Amino acid sequence: MLTIDQATYDAIVAHARRDHPDEACGVVAGAVGSDLPTRFIPMVNAAMSPTFYEFDSTDLLRLYQEMDDNDEVPVVVYHSHTATEAYPSRTDINLAGEPEAHYVLVSTRDGAHESGPVEFRSYRIVDGEVTEEEVTVVERY
Amino acid sequence: MAIEVRVPTILRTYTSGEKNVSAAGESVSALIEDLEVNHAGIKDRLVEGGQPRRFVNIYVNDEDIRFSGGLETPLSDGDVVVILPAVAGGSR
Repeated sequence: MLTIDQATYDAIVAHARRDHPDEACGVVAGAVGSDLPTRFIPMVNAAMSPTFYEFDSTDLLRLYQEMDDNDEVPVVVYHSHTATEAYPSRTDINLAGEPEAHYVLVSTRDGAHESGPVEFRSYRIVDGEVTEEEVTVVERY
Repeated sequence: MAIEVRVPTILRTYTSGEKNVSAAGESVSALIEDLEVNHAGIKDRLVEGGQPRRFVNIYVNDEDIRFSGGLETPLSDGDVVVILPAVAGGSR
């Protein structure tokens, strides 16, 4: 199960809407072993594409160095799908490199604007195997 | 000659869970051969058809080897090599 606070949830949705129709991506870091996503880090989609996302390689190194220095791990890795459902694609599954992360998928296909619905779902992706999990949104931790 | 190698979570199955391992080599490709001796199977996760895998990033002293000579990037004593899987995906 993913437990996430309302402000971080809202920030992920806002980022996805802002970058629509391109895919938005980022990380929510949290203390090692806590499983709590606390530090929202929107990333630039270096692919700038409506069907693909990739962190820039220099940004990626900096991000991991920073998390290392703070004793953090990427608790959540999120990205948006802008024309399809919020379910991991074959590409998402093949490239998932963080077996301990919650992979959050947001779909803006009907919710690019403030009023529209946004799907927000979370998965574990380990060895090519996808398991959807419950998302619990709390006011604060 | 000792090079420190930082291993990402997903590849720690090859290093008995170790986050940092030491290896030797005068280039990234030689280093990977040396890693393979002690951590069998890791090479295939880093290299494909003689090239670095598209979705694995290897940095030498904070520089992505794609911009510094690829697998032939030279190494010297005390260098730090970081391996990070790309964070990427998409709806297709």
